[in-house]
Amino acid sequence: MAQNRIGGQTIVFTKNPPKIISRASIVGKKEGEGPLAEYFDKILEDDLWGEKSWEKAERRMFIETAQMILERAKKEPSEINYLFAGDLLDQIITATFGARSLGIPYYGLYGACSSMTQTISLGAAMIDGGYADHVLCVTSSHFCTAERQFRFPLEMGVQRPPTAQWTVTGAGGVLLSSSGEGPCITHATTGKVIDFGIKDANYMGAAMAPAAADTLKAHFEDTGRGPQDYDLIVTGDLAKYGRQLTIDLLKKEGYDIEDRYIDCGCEIYSEEQDVHAGASGCACSAVVLAGYLLKKMEDGELNRILIASTGALHSTISSQQGDSIPSIAHAIVIEKKG
Amino acid sequence: MESLDVKQKKINQEYQKYANSIPPKSNTVTNCAMAFLVGGIICTIGQAINNIAKNYYNMNTEEASATTSITLILIAALLTGLGLYEKIGKRAGAGSIVPITGFSNSIVSPAMEHKREGYVMGIGAKMFSVAGPVLVYGVSASVVVGLIHYFFIK
Repeated sequence: MAQNRIGGQTIVFTKNPPKIISRASIVGKKEGEGPLAEYFDKILEDDLWGEKSWEKAERRMFIETAQMILERAKKEPSEINYLFAGDLLDQIITATFGARSLGIPYYGLYGACSSMTQTISLGAAMIDGGYADHVLCVTSSHFCTAERQFRFPLEMGVQRPPTAQWTVTGAGGVLLSSSGEGPCITHATTGKVIDFGIKDANYMGAAMAPAAADTLKAHFEDTGRGPQDYDLIVTGDLAKYGRQLTIDLLKKEGYDIEDRYIDCGCEIYSEEQDVHAGASGCACSAVVLAGYLLKKMEDGELNRILIASTGALHSTISSQQGDSIPSIAHAIVIEKKG
Repeated sequence: MESLDVKQKKINQEYQKYANSIPPKSNTVTNCAMAFLVGGIICTIGQAINNIAKNYYNMNTEEASATTSITLILIAALLTGLGLYEKIGKRAGAGSIVPITGFSNSIVSPAMEHKREGYVMGIGAKMFSVAGPVLVYGVSASVVVGLIHYFFIK
C-alpha cells in the first residue's frame, strides 16, 4: 500500500519534506519593464542576448539560471542527483542542451506551461522517497522561439484578439534539498488531462481554466483543506479571462478563492504593455515563483501557498487537424516551517 | 457510455458559450475603420505610383501596373525588414494584409525568421510557408477562370 497518498490525486511528503534551498530567475527586456522587475535576478538587454539565434539565447538563460541557483547554494553540479527540466520547444531542446552543459543526471519533462510544478512534484517525490538529496528543477520559455513554433513569424503584420497571451521570455528554477534552510514542499496534487472542447489557440486561458479548477478541487477534497487554509492560491498562466473562469468554476463547486487568488499570467506585465489578456509560457509561473513568491515567503509575508502551473498540451499538428486543446494543471503546497 | 459522451458534450457546449461571453469582443467598428483607412492609403500610394509611371515615364497601362506592384512590394519588404510593417499591421488588420504589400510581408517575414536554419532548409523551404496557400489557390482559381473564359466567353 502506498502510505503517502491521500485521496485520489495527492501525495504528502512526510518523511523528509524537501526544502527549497536556492532559487533564481532571468527574464527578457519586456518582463524587466513590468511590475515585478525588482524581483528578478537578471534582465536581458534584448531578445538575442548576443547569441546567434533566439533558441540559443533561451538555452543560455536556462544554463545561467541553473548556474546561479547552484552558486547561491554553494553546490557543484556533481553534487546534484537529478535535473528535472522542461520547456516549450519541440523535443524540449532547451532543457536537453542545458542538461548537456550542466552534466547532471537528467529527466526531461514536457508539461507545456505546467512544467514548473510538474518538475517540482517529481523532484520532491525523489527526495522524500530517499532517492536523492539534491534535485534541480528549471524551466524556460522565450517569446520569439515559441511564437515561431506555435503561431506566425514575428515580423508578420497580424492583429491579436483581446484573449491572446504573450509568452514570457525567461527561465526560473529552484534547488530542492533533503537538508538545509528554506520553505518545504508538503503536498503535490497531480492533474488529469481536462478538455472542454476549446479550440481557439488565441484563448488558452479558457482551455486551461477547467484543468486548473479540477486540480484545485481535487486538492481540497483530498486534503480536507479549503481556500482559507492558504495565504495565497496561485495558478500558472490563465491570464485575465482564464482567471475569471477558474473563480467561477470553483464557485460552482462550493469553493470561493477570489479573495486570495492570483494568476502569474496577470502579474508579469502591466496594462500599458499591451499584451492583451496577460502572460503565458513555462517561464511564466517559474519566474513568478522563483522571483516573487519565494521572496515574499522569505520576508514572512506568506507562509503557506498553493501553486498550480497550468499547461495547454496541444501541438500545431493536432490543432490543424481540428482537435481541441487538452490541458493540465499540477498543484504543489509550499510551506514555511518553524 | 454513449449517454456520458452526450452529457460531456452538453457540458462542453455550455462552457464554451460561457467562456466566450467573458472577454470583450474585438472592436469591429474601429478595426474596420482602420482597415479602410490604411488599405485606402496604400491603394492611393499605388495609384500615385501608377500615375507617375504613366505621365512622367511614358509607360503604357501594362508597364505602369507592373511598376506599381513591384514598387509596393519593395516598400513593404523594406518596412518588414525594418520591423515597421508588423506595427502597421497590428492596428490596420486586413487593411495591410489584403493589398499586395501584405503578400510581400507574408513572404519576407518567414524568410527572415528562418534564416538561421540555413539558406536551403531555412529561407528556401520556409519562405512560402504563409503565402504558399495563397499562391496555390490563386493560381488554381485563375486556371479555372481561364478555362471558363476559353470555352464559353471567347
